[in-house]
Amino acid sequence: MAEPRPVLEMTGIVKEFPGVRALSGVDFRLFPGEIHALMGENGAGKSTLIKVLTGVHPLDGGTVTLDGKAVRIGSPLEAQHAGVSTVYQEVNLCPNLSVAENIFIGREPTRAGRIQWKQVRTQAAEMVDRLGLDIDVTAPLSAYPLAVQQLIAIVRSVGHGDSDGEGSGTKVLVLDEPTSSLDRDEVLELFRLMRQLRDEGVAILFVSHFLDQIYEICDRMTVLRNGTLVGEHMVADLDQVQLIELMIGKALDQLEGLHEHQLRSDVGETLVKAEGLGRTGGIAPFDLEIKKGEVLGLAGLLGSGRTELARLLFGADQPDSGKVTIAGKQVSMSAPNDAIGAGVAFCSENRKTEGLVLDLTVRENIILALQASRGWTRPIPASQRDELVAKYIKALDIRPANPEARVGQLSGGNQQKVLLARWLITQPKLLILDEPTRGIDVGAKAEIQKLVVSLSEDGMSVLYIAAELEEVLRLSHTIGVLRDRKLVAQLTNGPEITTSKILETIASGEHQ
Amino acid sequence: MSTPSATTPSRWRALTQHHLFWPVAVLIALLLVNVPFTPDFFAIRMTDGHLYGSLVSIVLFGSPLILVAVGMTLVIATGGIDLSVGAVVAITGALTCSYISDQADQSALAGVFLAVGIGLVAAVVCGLWNGFLVARMGIQPIIATLIIMVAGRGVAQLITDGQIITINSEPYKLIGGGYWLTLPFSIFIVAAVVAVTVALTRRTALGLLVESVGGNAEASRLVGIRSMRIKIMVYMFCALCAGIAGLMISSNTSAADGNNAGLWIELDAILAVVIGGTSLLGGRFSIGGTVIGALVIQTLTTTIYTIGVPTQTNLVFKAVVVIVVCLLQSPKFRAKVFGAKGRARTTAPAEPATPADAAPKMEVSR
Amino acid sequence: MSATTKTRTAAEGRTASKPAQASAATRLLGDRRLPVLVTVGLFLAMYIAGISRYQNYGFGEPQVFLNLFIDNGYLLVAAVGATLVIMSGGIDLSVGSVIGFTTMFTAWLVEEQGLPLLLVIPLALGVGAFGGFLMGYVIHNFEIQPFIVTLAGLFLFRGLCLVISKESISISNSTVSSMAQTRVSLGLGELSIGALVALVVVAAAFYILHYTRFGRRVYAIGGNEQSALLMGLPLGGTKIAVYTVSGFCSALAGLLFILFIQSGDPLHGIGMELDAIAAVVIGGTLLTGGSGYVLGTLFGVLVLGLIKTIISFEGTLSSWWTKIATGVLLGAFILIQRAMTARKQT
Repeated sequence: MAEPRPVLEMTGIVKEFPGVRALSGVDFRLFPGEIHALMGENGAGKSTLIKVLTGVHPLDGGTVTLDGKAVRIGSPLEAQHAGVSTVYQEVNLCPNLSVAENIFIGREPTRAGRIQWKQVRTQAAEMVDRLGLDIDVTAPLSAYPLAVQQLIAIVRSVGHGDSDGEGSGTKVLVLDEPTSSLDRDEVLELFRLMRQLRDEGVAILFVSHFLDQIYEICDRMTVLRNGTLVGEHMVADLDQVQLIELMIGKALDQLEGLHEHQLRSDVGETLVKAEGLGRTGGIAPFDLEIKKGEVLGLAGLLGSGRTELARLLFGADQPDSGKVTIAGKQVSMSAPNDAIGAGVAFCSENRKTEGLVLDLTVRENIILALQASRGWTRPIPASQRDELVAKYIKALDIRPANPEARVGQLSGGNQQKVLLARWLITQPKLLILDEPTRGIDVGAKAEIQKLVVSLSEDGMSVLYIAAELEEVLRLSHTIGVLRDRKLVAQLTNGPEITTSKILETIASGEHQ
Repeated sequence: MSTPSATTPSRWRALTQHHLFWPVAVLIALLLVNVPFTPDFFAIRMTDGHLYGSLVSIVLFGSPLILVAVGMTLVIATGGIDLSVGAVVAITGALTCSYISDQADQSALAGVFLAVGIGLVAAVVCGLWNGFLVARMGIQPIIATLIIMVAGRGVAQLITDGQIITINSEPYKLIGGGYWLTLPFSIFIVAAVVAVTVALTRRTALGLLVESVGGNAEASRLVGIRSMRIKIMVYMFCALCAGIAGLMISSNTSAADGNNAGLWIELDAILAVVIGGTSLLGGRFSIGGTVIGALVIQTLTTTIYTIGVPTQTNLVFKAVVVIVVCLLQSPKFRAKVFGAKGRARTTAPAEPATPADAAPKMEVSR
Repeated sequence: MSATTKTRTAAEGRTASKPAQASAATRLLGDRRLPVLVTVGLFLAMYIAGISRYQNYGFGEPQVFLNLFIDNGYLLVAAVGATLVIMSGGIDLSVGSVIGFTTMFTAWLVEEQGLPLLLVIPLALGVGAFGGFLMGYVIHNFEIQPFIVTLAGLFLFRGLCLVISKESISISNSTVSSMAQTRVSLGLGELSIGALVALVVVAAAFYILHYTRFGRRVYAIGGNEQSALLMGLPLGGTKIAVYTVSGFCSALAGLLFILFIQSGDPLHGIGMELDAIAAVVIGGTLLTGGSGYVLGTLFGVLVLGLIKTIISFEGTLSSWWTKIATGVLLGAFILIQRAMTARKQT
């Protein structure tokens, strides 16, 4: 195939955040009339690359060339003028305005300052029609479901150049996880629109966590890992197992042998039993059993539904279906309080926004869960409180070992330990850890893993979520495998279970 | 994130970093400004067994404001605000005075107690309504409390029939205008309310839970805090404080004025809370800071009197103080004016997690 | 391409049916015009009730209706400014103080400094607009809550009133009094200059909100500030302009108030920001921003005016019932709004 000139070329892109090099010298190119997937695990730098391209983050090094001309994109608006439009996962339109207005706002046709509403409506209707959509442009945006709103956002993006005369229309369309909350029909409609735009010569950059969708719609892909470029491939040339190898950076057979485990095999009776538990837009209904003293690891790519599953078991999100039994008693799971009362604890992956109260001290954060369960009238006596806090600061080696320190000033690993300490003093029966080792240093990581093993030996059940498969494999008695928001398999850990086996299960979507 | 440096911080630095340092410094500075104009400003003398002096009168006149501001502190700490306190002040005063004025013997203790009880119950009911709207119905606090702010004065006038009810009741006069143990009685009331509030928040876990709800609502939900109850309670407490302030104001003048009692006290109270170092975004609060903030406002008024600036400029000064305090609290302003240095010595909130990142998922976790 | 067409037909049926699917009742509830219609209905009901009850006292005279505009023209202008601010998701507490300040400032310049009225009017309007601009600037650039910034504005302008004079200044300027007494006949009755100006302001605001890009930006920012930013709309300029317009409207309201009352007084307009906000909310504008109509505000003001009229016709009812009724209506409308937004979120 004769390669035409790329419409977009990014060379040697460098982006640094305080303490982190998010992108180090990444090259990326995009051809007109192709759908290009940007792949990579969590933290690989996909979002950063997109944000650099769309002008949200200024770049620290490298060049961006659009249509052969070097450009500097300083803001989302400049990106739009240069012909790069973005549609985000969360629709960024105004629900209170009409569809036509959302398509046109900021560039309505005016005559002597007066908006020509008739023109707005007819042009919007034409644009919607041209893209084969059947939408009443006079209806308010909020009258349409999210999926249609997303399509409207695309209409706005690609329609940009048609009306205002600035630039030559959209050359590059970035779709950042547009499918994460769509159902199958809606995804198909989106894909139809994407294909139509591709055939019209638009270059589309597509990000999705659903491997099937990548293979269904994309022509080419670029894989990133740890902020560096791993490679650019035609989708047809790379099967799913190879892709996952590239994404996690290890050949599957290379992973063999790393696997040693001396896990205790005598786990106890069933503690938690979920039957048909599910939530639309979160995770498909699943059955799950966790035994006393068992570590159940969840494996799956980012966005496969790991967190969603955990949140349902904690009552953080309300399930649409199914029931949960804990220690023989059915629990309603309509709010976290129900789960906490039944002995479930949950350390969120977003420890700053959903876990800690950064303004409060280490001591206050540690006792918060216990205090909440006691209610405000029964404060923990000061001596008992200080003793508990001191014990856990020591046991988990929280540094600085100062209970008066503000949690916001601690490092990530120590913050994670504070969060763990908070739940450990409530002596839960089931501890849910969502990515407890993310973004923390190696030492703290090992300590937390050791802790999980000893907790399980003491009879506590643990639901363990981690992006690194080895971590899951090393700690878990049972491994739940998730793919595309479904729990596709539950593997009992043993000598025959290896990371490559898990990867195969993720890639194929079934237990072989 | 750097951990606090291990170098031994000097005493002075520790002092200036204390959360009460700036409010206290402002208060002291304001007090000192008076000295050249009134050399015996700090003098306190004994007349007829009562203590008199500028300091005493600052506390005396500042009492209602301190009360309202203390209640407001807790509301603001949960991330809310209560605009209705001025109206509650008026309602309580009106109800109590009109009940007393209906008595044959206005000085009968039983009648006065009953009247006070009625007034305070009415205040608490107002707080319950606010709390219900905010916590249960999920209405923005500014809007929810606006209802009573608008209707409340009408209700107060309805109770007093549009008149200024004057009463002549010795026991009631004690609350806001009497003396006890050589000091104005209202100082004791304020001291008691402040002591009870501190005990309620710091001896129980209420303070911790309030700070947690205001500091991170989602984390508080996930940790199992029943924030609805806490919020309702806090609004009720705030209204109760306003009610007591209402008693004090009407007792001091021996009259209930539905129209003017407690006018604008909500704004002064919010200002006192902010000066005291409690962030309007919620979270950490300081009752001590609020008390000092209220005293700063009262001292400002007194100072303007004593240094001979026309009293009417009081409001202009207040406006300047509001703006300066808010600008100093604004992270953006500090960044622009003091550069990076300003960010390093965060006084009030330790950099709240930036809520509005353009795209939902940030892959780079630091 | 065949797959494309196939999915298209499937999708067509789905997307097309979506808005129609909703039942008539939910569609009505979801209509943004509903609160305005409720307000109009309320106004008509009150008006008809008034006519039937006070028939013999001349309530039915067209002039009684027109007097609503004459007596509330200044409030209408202030409420229009507040509508813009609230629509953009902000709030302006300085309205009453700016009104009071304008009356004092104008009276002082005209009566005590002897400046010509023609010079004073633009000066007063300019000061109001500049005050609004400053508040908007601080709100946007330093990200301080509008509530606090405009609270400072409230203090500042009220303080400046008192700095000018503690006493009220009556205006004996002949132009002012002749303008105040001018009535324009409409056949059925007559309107004052103040009422006409107020109606012009309403019409202008309607045009700006619905037919200019600026107006649509106000809606967009109130609807979703983050989205508006990502759609490339100039956030800061719009916000600052909104507060500037509000300051201008407050100053204009102050001038109309002078025509109405012919004096400057440091206590004029106390609490009028509450009346303005109440009128906006009763007029169906969402306090969280993004939804509302300036015509709704017109009816909100008329409802408040009608309450006063009815109370004065009733004779035995006292003035404080106005406040109570306003508060009750405010509460009712806030709860209606809450019910509507809660339904939308699910």
